[in-house]
Amino acid sequence: MRKVLIIGATSAIAQETAKIYAQQQDALFLVGRDAEKLEVIAADLKVRGASKIDYTSLDLNKCERHQDMLQQADSYLEGIDVVLIAYGTLDDQKECEQEYSKTKRSLHTNFLSVVSLLTLLANMMEPQNYGCIAVITSVAGVRGRQSNYVYGAAKGALSIFLQGLRNRLQPANISVLDVKPGFVDTPMTAEFKKGALWAKPEDIAKGIYKGIEKRKDVVYLPWFWWPIMTIISYIPEPIFKRMKL
Amino acid sequence: MKSMSKKYQSWGRFPKVSQRDNPLQWRTLPIPDIPCTVLPYGLGRSYGDVCLNNGGSILTTRSLNHFISFNTDTGILRCEAGVSLAEILDLCVPQGWFLPTTPGTKFVTIGGAIANDVHGKNHHKAGTFGRNVPQFELLRSNGERLLCSPTSNQEYYAATIGGLGLTGLIIWAEVQLKPICHRAMSTELIQFSGLEEFFEISAQSDQLYDYTVAWVDCGSQGEALGRGLFFRGNHVTEEEIPASWHVSSRTLTMPMDFPSFALNKWTVATFNWMYYHKQSSKVIKELVDYNPFFYPLDAILQWNRMYGKRGFLQYQFVVSYEDHRIIRDILQVIAASGSSSFLAVLKTFGDLKSPGMLSFPRPGVTLALDFPIKGAATFELLERLDAMVREAGGVVYPCKDARLSARNFQTHYPQWNEFSKYIDPRFSSSFWRRVTRT
Ligand SMILES: Cc1cc2nc3c(=O)[nH]c(=O)nc-3n(C[C@H](O)[C@H](O)[C@H](O)COP(=O)(O)OP(=O)(O)OC[C@H]3O[C@@H](n4cnc5c(N)ncnc54)[C@H](O)[C@@H]3O)c2cc1C
Ligand SMILES: NC(=O)c1ccc[n+]([C@@H]2O[C@H](COP(=O)([O-])OP(=O)(O)OC[C@H]3O[C@@H](n4cnc5c(N)ncnc54)[C@H](OP(=O)(O)O)[C@@H]3O)[C@@H](O)[C@H]2O)c1
Repeated sequence: MRKVLIIGATSAIAQETAKIYAQQQDALFLVGRDAEKLEVIAADLKVRGASKIDYTSLDLNKCERHQDMLQQADSYLEGIDVVLIAYGTLDDQKECEQEYSKTKRSLHTNFLSVVSLLTLLANMMEPQNYGCIAVITSVAGVRGRQSNYVYGAAKGALSIFLQGLRNRLQPANISVLDVKPGFVDTPMTAEFKKGALWAKPEDIAKGIYKGIEKRKDVVYLPWFWWPIMTIISYIPEPIFKRMKL
Repeated sequence: MKSMSKKYQSWGRFPKVSQRDNPLQWRTLPIPDIPCTVLPYGLGRSYGDVCLNNGGSILTTRSLNHFISFNTDTGILRCEAGVSLAEILDLCVPQGWFLPTTPGTKFVTIGGAIANDVHGKNHHKAGTFGRNVPQFELLRSNGERLLCSPTSNQEYYAATIGGLGLTGLIIWAEVQLKPICHRAMSTELIQFSGLEEFFEISAQSDQLYDYTVAWVDCGSQGEALGRGLFFRGNHVTEEEIPASWHVSSRTLTMPMDFPSFALNKWTVATFNWMYYHKQSSKVIKELVDYNPFFYPLDAILQWNRMYGKRGFLQYQFVVSYEDHRIIRDILQVIAASGSSSFLAVLKTFGDLKSPGMLSFPRPGVTLALDFPIKGAATFELLERLDAMVREAGGVVYPCKDARLSARNFQTHYPQWNEFSKYIDPRFSSSFWRRVTRT
């Protein structure tokens, strides 16, 4: 039985990942900002087989409360084997261009608040000498593009932070997984027109689970985003800056 | 949430309509406030237009897919209405429980199964799906949440079972599951040479077997008219549990639309002939997994593309036992018309009454056919069948219909007027507007 903490548990991708753990009778602790939704999800995971499940609601932008929340999770689960950080917001790029306060909020939710969690988690888990920290970033963080560079900057910064953290926690035998999904059909992207490159949250969830099990460092999900993003990152800047992306 | 009008079609790919889609995310939220009519939409496995709402909006329920509770002592499962039968089977079969009854595909939602009050191969033992739903919650557009059961809001319970999504949105429902001891089925496949023999095998099998259904060769005429294959089966008993069991999870996806000439009279007749002769002995006994037994077509995802872009029409009706001769007449008319049906399914319904006001199943014999659309001739043929069914006092199944006239519908379902009282004022469907047109 694994002890799994999911932060941002109301996300569609997180819900699907949680189902995989529940089916294997693992113990779960869920964190999100909406108690009503968490109640619905916890009952579902209980029916699906979770050996033990509880939740707490918290707006994760409130970094001053992270320590208490993690303490609560740790004492409920009696130790943490796997953490998945899944929350995020895809803020309106055009609005962020007009108002720094919006950009700042996006950077706070998608980068700084996660850094706060990671700082605490790393210190909590380092002495135990095992475990996995998985964080959902995005292919949007691989290269800045005019259509979403604020969100992209936050996710890209997070990826670099994770890289460093992985390096630091290597001797402590803790794997740090950076999950980079492409387009996923979830409430976050409800307004987008869907095409062939779109994946379902349950498929992303399988990839996350596998990445954690195999102690991977970085996974692109679905896999074909790796060659796509590799090509994109090799386009010379003088050409890239003229492209409409 | 904004949403754009998009083109939609149901499983039969006819008709094609233009409607908006408002996905529902959480069971705690109200019906979205939008300036057009709405209609719940599950997995779109209805063949015609009961799940379509041209010019309006559909409320897709696929994210309402949470389980709520499962009592493993009583077998009562409570879940949101967007949960599919496939998800229930994945959860329950390993724990020794099975669906009380199931249609020929597991890719349908609980909400859809209730709203069409679907039936399965065990209708003679278990009745319709709705009979096995002790209670559910119905959300109306005015925000009211009605707990519906045989003892609470009885009228809404009766109107919503088989209510074609018109009485409001089913939010969650309870299903009474039944215990099984293994996933394997003990089955028999029997050749029959005509309808008389079908009725004999059927009468005898309905007592001994939980599940019975027959496939009829629609291509044959004269002596061979009405020949086919009879499938019957039971869940294995403790004594029959196999020592080891392999479950194949292979599925194929129909990669493209077939050109419309691909399914013509000759290819269909050849298929039917081959299917009839696939076995050399009269009876085959076999242990098979529940998946191929209940859901042979689910192994080919999107098999409906086989019928090409023009789509196809399903036609299913039921007539009383006394009038079963009409089945022969109808098979004759089809054979003579030269438009062969690829899949013709024949089954007897038992006399367990459904709680649904507008439910289709009733004691008698039911025949389901499908016809690739070949222009006006296909529609004319089905109108002829309508007249024959009406004269025999039979009814057509709304869930599979895309073209029945208002006059015929209202003759088949005289209770439609009474039913209308329970329709939610903001709910409507392409089907309902068509069959109530004056
Ligand atoms: C291969 C195949 C085999 C089949 N075999 C059988 C069979 O053996 N027996 C049989 O009876 N049927 C059979 N069917 C038909 C199928 O079972 C029904 O059409 C079923 O209702 C489809 O469910 P759905 O979730 O796709 O609903 P949809 O087709 O999306 O909707 C069906 C109806 O349910 C309503 N609805 C959906 N969700 C809700 C909700 N939450 N609240 C209120 N109303 C709701 C819709 O408004 C609509 O009127 C078969 C279909 C296929 C494709
Ligand atoms: N969908 C995609 O195409 C895509 C692509 C690449 C990466 N991603 C990333 O994948 C992750 C999961 O997103 P998703 O696609 O599953 O979308 P989603 O279902 O919309 O999930 C986003 C979740 O973040 C939560 N959240 C946002 N701000 C929060 C806060 N301050 N405190 C607590 N929770 C907060 C939301 O909570 P509420 O439910 O309460 O609103 C929501 O559950 C995100 O990090 C996203 O950036 C998504």
